[in-house]
Amino acid sequence: MAMPPARRPQGRPAPAPGLLRRIDAFARFAFPGFSTAFLMVLAAAPVSLPSPVFAVALPCVAFWSVFRPAAMTPPIVLLLGLLLDLLTLAPLGVSVLVLLAVHALALRLRRFLARQSFLMVWLAFCLAGLGAAALFWGLQALLSLRLPPFAPALHAAMLAAGFYPAIALVLTRVHEAMLQAENAP
Amino acid sequence: MIRLSIPLRQALARLSLPLMIAAAFGVMLLGKADALLAERLRSHLSDALSPIYAALAEPMAAIRSAAEEVRGLATLREENAQLREENERLRHWHATALALETENELLRRQLNFLPEAAPAFVTARVVADGGGTYARAVLLATGPQHAIRKGQVALDERGFVGRVTEVGSRSARVLLATDMNSRIPVTLEQSRARAVMAGSNGARPRLAHWPEGVIPVEGERVVTSAEAGAFPAGLPVGVVRLSPQGVPEVELFARLDRLDAVRLFDYGLRGILPPESVARPEPRQGRR
Repeated sequence: MAMPPARRPQGRPAPAPGLLRRIDAFARFAFPGFSTAFLMVLAAAPVSLPSPVFAVALPCVAFWSVFRPAAMTPPIVLLLGLLLDLLTLAPLGVSVLVLLAVHALALRLRRFLARQSFLMVWLAFCLAGLGAAALFWGLQALLSLRLPPFAPALHAAMLAAGFYPAIALVLTRVHEAMLQAENAP
Repeated sequence: MIRLSIPLRQALARLSLPLMIAAAFGVMLLGKADALLAERLRSHLSDALSPIYAALAEPMAAIRSAAEEVRGLATLREENAQLREENERLRHWHATALALETENELLRRQLNFLPEAAPAFVTARVVADGGGTYARAVLLATGPQHAIRKGQVALDERGFVGRVTEVGSRSARVLLATDMNSRIPVTLEQSRARAVMAGSNGARPRLAHWPEGVIPVEGERVVTSAEAGAFPAGLPVGVVRLSPQGVPEVELFARLDRLDAVRLFDYGLRGILPPESVARPEPRQGRR
């Protein structure tokens, strides 16, 4: 599952990467980052609801970090974090660190998580989301030198936990489709 | 993609996470050092994203209006029943009103009652409050050729406001009912008792000089009285409220603290103030 996309099964000479093939590979590589950014922008649309940008970004980053780390590399996470910082009104750099922490945690646990059932992954994500919200809150307090209310961070964590199944359902489909495309001769 | 040897690529991958975390701290420091940087970046980003949101706004509005529609449909039934009931009640009142109107007509014909002419009025915009001799007065902007006279009655959309005390060539001053100098002859609507409403510069003018044996009741409607020929009878003024000390006051219908425009009615009454007989404002507005 964690195979880099370029590697092919043994015993068959790899075909020369044509233009179409390369575009295909690049699309697969770029999809997680771009789709996450797009979702975040959509979530930041000015509607009368509380902004769910953080709650959308967290499941996407966690999912791709666990199941396709080759396409969710640290630089991409950094860029997504910057986007998140700019879309929300958080102090610059806070979301970057939070997303990187989630990414690092997911990388560390991915061998374990990839074998678990969906429910276990969700549970782990809930815990990670809570930790991320706490980290977010702590960094915010540190940077502004006063205690912001904890409730919004908690709400964001709960919202992220609630969004995760829906997002994971769609992303799992996409991920499976990608795997099929990669393993096709 | 750049082709790299596998060990190098692995080393890069292993190194990139610490590097990025360091970069995150760097960004944090940068944001702390240059507080305007984030604002500038945010404004650039929203400039870039505004076309997307503009494109999204249309379907969003459609979805929202559809949701509203559904909610409206859900409440439609209840609303319908409510309206039906209200309609029934209004029909009843309508019938009553018609009956009373015909009865009134009949009685008038029998009494040879002279009907009052419909009053002419002009509407003028309030341009300033305060100023002048009075503590509670407003200045109206009027056109250069207006027919406003001293002693005309000013009403807003809810009720009595005051009287015109000074008329200039392009402006007029209205003494509000709350001013210390204002004395308005009023009638308590239920007991039909006459009284005088005296301003106190506060929000609620006081009632004074009601006849013996009548006590102003909380919530009683107060209307103008035709006594002294200064006002027509029956203009809505306010309701009686008892102050904490038990003094009857009048809560005015008119919202004197947010007057935008007032209507000046010409009832053709020339009581108390002979028009333009004095150059400076009269110290007393009503008769005690």
